[in-house]
Amino acid sequence: MTTTPTPSRPPVPGPPQDTSPTFVGMPTFHRAARAALDDTQQRRNLHHATRTIRDKRSRAVAELPHWEELRRAGAAAKDEALDHLADYLIRLEERLTAGGATVHWARDAAEANRIVLDIVRAKEAEEVVKVKSMVTQEIELNEALEAAGVNAWETDLAELIVQLGHDRPSHILVPAIHRNRREIRDIFQREMAAVGRPAPKDLTDEPSRLAEAARLHLREKFLRARVGVSGANFAIADTGSLVVVESEGNGRMCLTLPETLISVVGIEKVLPSWDDLGALLQLLPRSSTGERMNPYTTIWSGVHEGDGPQEVHVVLLDNGRTHVLGDRLGRQALRCIRCSACLNVCPVYERTGGHAYGSVYPGPIGAVLNPQLRGTESDIDRSLPWASSLCGACYDACPVGIDIPELLVELRSRVAGDRGRTAESVAMAATTWLFSDPRRLTAAQRATGVAGRLVGDRTIRSVPGLGAWTNARDLPNPPPESFRTWWARERGGGTREGSGR
Amino acid sequence: MTARDEILARVRAATADVETTAGAWAPLTVPEVAASRADTVGTFAENVADYRAEVVRVPTSESATAIIEALKRHEAATAVVPAGLPEDWLAAATAAARVVIDDGGLTAPELDRVDAVVTAAALGIATTGTIVLDHRADQGRRAITLVPDIHVCLVRSGQLVHDVPEAVRRLRPEDDARPLTWISGPSATSDIELERVEGVHGPRTLVVVLVDEDGDAV
Ligand code: SF4
Repeated sequence: MTTTPTPSRPPVPGPPQDTSPTFVGMPTFHRAARAALDDTQQRRNLHHATRTIRDKRSRAVAELPHWEELRRAGAAAKDEALDHLADYLIRLEERLTAGGATVHWARDAAEANRIVLDIVRAKEAEEVVKVKSMVTQEIELNEALEAAGVNAWETDLAELIVQLGHDRPSHILVPAIHRNRREIRDIFQREMAAVGRPAPKDLTDEPSRLAEAARLHLREKFLRARVGVSGANFAIADTGSLVVVESEGNGRMCLTLPETLISVVGIEKVLPSWDDLGALLQLLPRSSTGERMNPYTTIWSGVHEGDGPQEVHVVLLDNGRTHVLGDRLGRQALRCIRCSACLNVCPVYERTGGHAYGSVYPGPIGAVLNPQLRGTESDIDRSLPWASSLCGACYDACPVGIDIPELLVELRSRVAGDRGRTAESVAMAATTWLFSDPRRLTAAQRATGVAGRLVGDRTIRSVPGLGAWTNARDLPNPPPESFRTWWARERGGGTREGSGR
Repeated sequence: MTARDEILARVRAATADVETTAGAWAPLTVPEVAASRADTVGTFAENVADYRAEVVRVPTSESATAIIEALKRHEAATAVVPAGLPEDWLAAATAAARVVIDDGGLTAPELDRVDAVVTAAALGIATTGTIVLDHRADQGRRAITLVPDIHVCLVRSGQLVHDVPEAVRRLRPEDDARPLTWISGPSATSDIELERVEGVHGPRTLVVVLVDEDGDAV
């Protein structure tokens, strides 16, 4: 791993994102994390979620003997697209247009929101149905539409829970993981009636009953909706096809039933060719939900006569992406296919949850992507590169091989450089933040057990709390004592596995 | 400058260090699992069932019976079918339920009042237990396989491929690009405390009738 902080930014590639601060008044990662650590419900849910998904993912990956080759093929396809992004964007635009779609370009969030709103207004629609999309969260499209008097209905179950609960998502994949079933039932009973079909009177907190309530509530919206809004997981340059990968079928509803479809697509979503799906449609579902394949994938190439929306718009969005692209080292972060595998293996994320990252992009990838997209002006973005113990588990899990630890170290040195301090001293001071009181410090050595377990038999790169990562890089792995055992004893109230109380 | 020109200029500036040209790369071969025909059919059936979809494996001569049984088992009183559904499958559907042949005119609320849909498929993928629809005449437009709550989908063993890359190659959209729907089990969510619930917005019941053409000779 190269750690020399090389100046890798060429002149003026594009401005950073203007969307930030995503959540106004967000405290630094450290302060937000401390607050999150005190929230027992969230911690319990997150712990269960990350462990469950992590185990499923391992099984799904182990099933494929050629996983490493697949990762390399996926990374190579993304790199080819990013290295020659202008060519592939032009090709994509040509093919989309030939297929009957209208292509729009948006420099930033405000421009993208304006484009979407203009289309919605031209259709005289008072509402849109939305399939979960991180990019529309990033640009705060719902807020822009609501401000203009257009209702934007989130249709993913988790997003619905978040929206009805006037809340924020906390995980890329399971955004409502911080809510338990009872809370969800209460939210449905309290909020559904005000915005459409009320929750059934006899609603229980059984997950299947809750899902059914969501089905009934949303169906009337799907059936009458005239405009759908989506993102895209992939945009294929040589065929002009957009791909949406999902589980619940709400995506199919939004992509099929409305007369007009608007897809907001970050420019980094481009793939050079159709055949690249051969790797990526294996990598994404197995890394993401740990399934061999997700329940539903929809692929469309412009307008299909007599089938689905007859007016198709695609908004290609920059919003800080060219800023990241201009960084030779940081560019690789744009390979990200938002699978969330790095979140689920991250010991820091597991304890703090997604809200502490102050962005729609949480976890290890958020810690590198946000400061790159938004610059390091705000306190939260300056603190994010320290939201990691540099254990390396995220890199091992990443299906497109993004070297997140390397990027974090580079970002740390940049932030430190800004302050006239050495990277090393900052790294030393900040790596220990999580363990800064005596209790945490004692725990730090045990905590390395989690790192050891996650990276298998490789040597670990960091021992949180024991000093700078550089000095500790070649320590042999500690015995794989469960971090959770410690956690239960120290902070979890003795209710967890192996707590011994 | 238009937004388009400005973004493209930013992209060019950002990638000014890149020395190769677009398309000059050699895409890495995407590894895939190959297997014998019998293995493909068996793996497909197993993996579809793993998603808790219903799999019914029958020889060609029994495909009509399988349709009738599936519709009856799930108490479907009405069914929509695409205009290009093979005659004998249409006859089977008609024997079990009141059938509407889709002419493209049914609205979404009308489809919502239909219990089931019976279609063919474009292909099936063994390693992932996926069926793919390309919405040709024997499968119909996307809405008819989405709104009704029961989907009976027939896939012939000759339509199965073993792994994802081969499926992708076969499905490449040409000039008459078709929309694609990849279906791997019934819709599902794990959004509530990660407990898996089958059936949210898509058809909550998926019956895959695997028409085993290889089995015919036996
Ligand atoms: S960085 Fe890699 S592991 Fe993390 S979400 Fe992106 S693709 Fe997945």
